[in-house]
Amino acid sequence: MRTIHASDIIEQVAAMVVRANRILRPDVLAAIDQSKERETSASGRDIFGQLQENAALARATGLPLCQDTGMAVFFVELGEDCRIKGGGLREGITEGMRRGYKDGLLRKSVCDPLTRKNTGDNSPAVIHIDLVAGDKLKISFLAKGGGSENMSRVTMLSPAQGWQGVKDFVVNHVAEAGPNPCPPTILGIGIGGSFELAPILAKKALLRPLDEPHPEPEIARMEQELLAEVNALGIGPMGLGGNVTCLGVRINMAPCHIASLPLAVNVQCHSVRHEEVEL
Amino acid sequence: MSKEYRLQAPLRDEDVQQLRVGDRVLLSGIIYTARDAAHKKLIQALDAGRELPFPLQGAVIYYVGPSPAPEGRPIGSAGPTTSYRMDGYTPRLHSLGLKATIGKGKRGQAVRDALQANNAVYFVATGGAGALLSQRIEAAKVIAFEDLGFEDLGPEAVRELVVRDFPLLVVNDAHGGELYAKPKLKK
Repeated sequence: MRTIHASDIIEQVAAMVVRANRILRPDVLAAIDQSKERETSASGRDIFGQLQENAALARATGLPLCQDTGMAVFFVELGEDCRIKGGGLREGITEGMRRGYKDGLLRKSVCDPLTRKNTGDNSPAVIHIDLVAGDKLKISFLAKGGGSENMSRVTMLSPAQGWQGVKDFVVNHVAEAGPNPCPPTILGIGIGGSFELAPILAKKALLRPLDEPHPEPEIARMEQELLAEVNALGIGPMGLGGNVTCLGVRINMAPCHIASLPLAVNVQCHSVRHEEVEL
Repeated sequence: MSKEYRLQAPLRDEDVQQLRVGDRVLLSGIIYTARDAAHKKLIQALDAGRELPFPLQGAVIYYVGPSPAPEGRPIGSAGPTTSYRMDGYTPRLHSLGLKATIGKGKRGQAVRDALQANNAVYFVATGGAGALLSQRIEAAKVIAFEDLGFEDLGPEAVRELVVRDFPLLVVNDAHGGELYAKPKLKK
């Protein structure tokens, strides 16, 4: 049984939330560089130039990439042969998040749903914990902004609608959202599972880098097919027109009930704030 | 053909009248920040006949909730938030003299009508470029007057900003124009 100290979790999480908000994920930066070359609209190329400049400035000055430093979402894989000493896992992650958001001058964006009173320290974090084999602790962090989260959807399709129904829902929804979620976006698509599992699959799909195709060739092909249909909409960077509306489609699938076809679309803006650490 | 303008806030009628969708504007002067919670307070203050924390005549409102300012800087990261959430409040503010709003994303028909009726304009700034836009803000102060019912709203506070050459794009003008691309749906 391996022991991990809660104080190490606090320290690592505090550092990772700040880093993620200042340094754009490398695969996303590379996609922005490539998109600037292939974008057909002049306004679109101009936007990509601004995003490159913004990423360089954030890295150099320590200012967050975006003022919306998000709700803190964590996906945790806890090895079964690993125990936490000196405090709880959730408490450690939450405390590290609080410290990082305070010391790193990140915005506190969490409030009561109805009174709208700010909790003051960006807590609570959204923490998903999975038990896995082994003795390691892996923590993935996603700072999820409100603009793109508001443009996310979950629906229960009829099984007869199949893949065509999935594509229609996604394409129509991206068209309706237009400029609102800060395109170019990344689309996390959860297909199957249950009502609550589909959006978790969709959010987890956003963790897979853009330069890493789905391990199953058929799903990788579906991702490319859906990406092409979304980009054919011509919405473009910031909705000003162009051929790059979406930088990548990431699909996660799971078996579902014989009566159901759950579908979730988790929209991620171009400012992907994502870090992972292994303890 | 889109044009480029340098304008000074607060805005005059003639500043707004000349603008067309697609025009680029570098805005300097004094603008005010307000987002969801602040808009609710502004409307409550109007309903109660109370004074607003800033004059609406010629005013420009920027939909932004900045990140905290580091030492030696007036403000943190400061890009636009999505505008449609303010749509319910905006027409009334335009009818009272508000000349422009700055945000990102689509506006509803009622706002577009209000722009035409009141000779006002909707600008967008680049979403997710908060570190870059922050460089064009020279001063910031919270103007949440408690006696006017504006307690400290944290990231949602009303701030007075001094901006220089703040880069904007005209998305909805005072003549009914709309810049956003129409999605090409097959059916």
